[in-house]
Amino acid sequence: MSKKSTFKRITGNHLFFPLVCLFVVLVVNVIKTPNFFAISLNNGVLYGYVIDVINRGSELVILALGMTLVTAASKGQDISVGAVMAVAAAVCTQILSGGETSVTQLQNSMLFAMLAALIAAALCGAFNGFLVAKMRIQPMVATLILYTAGRGIAQLITNGQNTYIRVESYKVLGGYISGCPIPTPIFVAIAAVIVIALLFKFTTLKLYIESVGINSNASRLVGLNSTRIIFIVYVICGFLAGIAGLVNSSRIYSADANNIGLNLEMDAILAVALGGNLLSGGKFSLAGSIIGAYTIQALSTTLYAMDVKADQLPVYKAIVVIIIVTLQSEVFRSFIKKLRTKNTGQGDMAPGKEG
Amino acid sequence: MQETVLTMRGIGKAFPGVKALDNVDFTLHQGEIHALMGENGAGKSTLIKVLTGVYTMDDGEIKIQDRSIVNHSPQEAQENGISTVYQEISLCPNLTVAENLFLGREPRKLGMIDWKTMNKKAGELLSSLSITVPPTRQLDDCSIAVQQMIAIARAVDMHCKVLILDEPTSSLDDDEVAKLFKLMRQLQEQNVGIIFVTHFLEQVYEVCNKITVLRNGELVGEYLVSELPRVQLVAKMMGKEFDDLAEIKSDTAAHDIAKEEPFITAEKLGCSGKVKPFDVKLYKGEVIGMTGLLGSGRSELVRAIYGADKPDKGTLKINSKETKINVPLDAIKKGMAYLPEDRKRDGIIPDLSVRENIMIALQAKRGLFKPMSRKEMEEFSDKYIDLLQIKTAGRETPIKSLSGGNQQKVIIGRWLLTNPEYLILDEPTRGIDVGTKTEIQKLVLKLASEGMSVTFISSEIEEMLRVCSRMIVMRDGQKVGELSGDELNQDTIMHTIAGGESHHE
Repeated sequence: MSKKSTFKRITGNHLFFPLVCLFVVLVVNVIKTPNFFAISLNNGVLYGYVIDVINRGSELVILALGMTLVTAASKGQDISVGAVMAVAAAVCTQILSGGETSVTQLQNSMLFAMLAALIAAALCGAFNGFLVAKMRIQPMVATLILYTAGRGIAQLITNGQNTYIRVESYKVLGGYISGCPIPTPIFVAIAAVIVIALLFKFTTLKLYIESVGINSNASRLVGLNSTRIIFIVYVICGFLAGIAGLVNSSRIYSADANNIGLNLEMDAILAVALGGNLLSGGKFSLAGSIIGAYTIQALSTTLYAMDVKADQLPVYKAIVVIIIVTLQSEVFRSFIKKLRTKNTGQGDMAPGKEG
Repeated sequence: MQETVLTMRGIGKAFPGVKALDNVDFTLHQGEIHALMGENGAGKSTLIKVLTGVYTMDDGEIKIQDRSIVNHSPQEAQENGISTVYQEISLCPNLTVAENLFLGREPRKLGMIDWKTMNKKAGELLSSLSITVPPTRQLDDCSIAVQQMIAIARAVDMHCKVLILDEPTSSLDDDEVAKLFKLMRQLQEQNVGIIFVTHFLEQVYEVCNKITVLRNGELVGEYLVSELPRVQLVAKMMGKEFDDLAEIKSDTAAHDIAKEEPFITAEKLGCSGKVKPFDVKLYKGEVIGMTGLLGSGRSELVRAIYGADKPDKGTLKINSKETKINVPLDAIKKGMAYLPEDRKRDGIIPDLSVRENIMIALQAKRGLFKPMSRKEMEEFSDKYIDLLQIKTAGRETPIKSLSGGNQQKVIIGRWLLTNPEYLILDEPTRGIDVGTKTEIQKLVLKLASEGMSVTFISSEIEEMLRVCSRMIVMRDGQKVGELSGDELNQDTIMHTIAGGESHHE
């Protein structure tokens, strides 16, 4: 009896399906590339597929955090985050280069440049937040503006050039801190997660976001200012996109306005959905979104490892996503439930062995 | 005796952990209006849902006339002659009356919808049921009552043998209820069997022939209305002898308020398009009622005080000090609390737990940077679950899985936790069983006796008379009278609501 209830508790957990998805993707990885989990130390830094997934997935994790909050509070998504990444990168590199296309020496303080970039990103978020929270424009429509205009703004900032910062210290954020074998983006992602987690621990933001996302009428009447909460969430989302933009820019030590964060907003939305969060808002799980983000990254890495060409990648990704999303859908789950109740007894235990 | 149209025998339905229905029988004859009564959680809705194919039953048999049927979906139930009209209208508001009546079975000519025939047939159908509304009018331009009647007309036209009316009257005013009853009687003559689910005792005695009472998922019995006095009915529903209602009444009569400084004074306070400027004084330790027909502005008046609708005229004084209230949070900080009329839309936050629903108002009052500790939250929620006897599986259960009455108690707990000085209760007892109703009324009187100022709004005048010591009467968005003492009787109130003639005599 108690065994059954444990089984139920595990499968009933909101993180169960996201974890199963990640697990399946990893199993496929191991079958296809047996050395998937192998980690080696070369030149003082760690190498391996797993390290690569976690490293490359950092930006996606950071974006997914913001996207989760935006989705929960405003029942819609911010599709401008990829473009905001480009804006942040452009601002940062432009200040560091002082207007040159390629520099080998920093023209301004790095701290100043990065702060300015993050402020620019947060302003983009504030713009989105203003449109959604105050003007009551649908999130998808409101953020479509920066989605289209964002990269143009980034081009304007860099005068249409790809600005290169050929300075070692600029590569640290997307590369390695000297002496540390673990890629820096991993630390950045962990830090972002911790900061958001602390924010939820020491403020009531999570409750407010969920409450506003579930029933904004009732939330208003209990004294919550839903406009302000939605606005704050968009600013946070923009700010996080800025961080992701800096990491990405540091990886290629330049600001490529056309390519930084390209299509990443869709992956971020997908990460939220894969994490078992409803895109229609309300209760949410950050852990779910983080798992979702790594699942997507693991999937991309697998496909690359299987020599799938970059331009064919979306097709395969789409197929896998369809499978995963179907597995998580209500209809499919109740179908499974029905199957299980039909042959009671045996049915109950069979899937238990798997988990 | 008329022919039996619906027989349900030995119906059983279990949900995880709960036996919702256990061996329930139900019989309906042609041309009978049969009330289905029971407290919240008695199994009324489950029985209806089993009948209409929303749920599949575990045991039992359903027969229409002599044919055994199994409904897997509401559509199938409809094909078997069972139609349901819910409290929430399930028609398309942006289509016309005729379109709604014939949706999915439009008369066609050459493959195209034959609008002329459709409107003509709709007109005939409506006039046959004496519903006076042009078929071409858009549905959301009709009043709720008319919309409900159109839903009924649609059901009737689909040759239903059994018509289920699930709480059809809870958002109607007396006039509209009378019209609905007329329609029901007309259908009765056409041999339709009607199952009437309601909480209003008066209405049962006005329109029904028979009553079936359920309690805790079990059948208590089937009775002729003429043979079951009200007190008996209530006793059967609650499973105990019941004279609490009478007790309360005497309580109020003895209640006297020392009128000193008013807690809240509204001077010419108004909100354009909602409520015309009004003067109101609210004292501590007093239960004041706001009455009037639906849409008379009784809810809008309190919403203006609470800041739910920002007032644009006049001034509000709290303890004689002028105060500006722009948003509900301002009001909460000044010690106000507001239980809104529409529990589903404005009250509960469905996916959040009972605990979160209880503590959210206090948390909002404290602010973003002062989260309550887990322990504190658990203590508070347990305290109010206990105090208000909220029936829930646990404090972490989502509020949406509680019954209506218990949801309402959670909302009351939410506001009591903020320790308010002024509590507004807008229709706190709507759609709630008799037992909980009395509990809430008692609680209101207790709070007032402890010095709280309470505003009580209800569509049931009897209930208002029971708890209120003073009443403000509203008509067409305007305050038209204030009654107290001997004036507090049904007659005077009715006259004041209806209009000034009686005063001029």
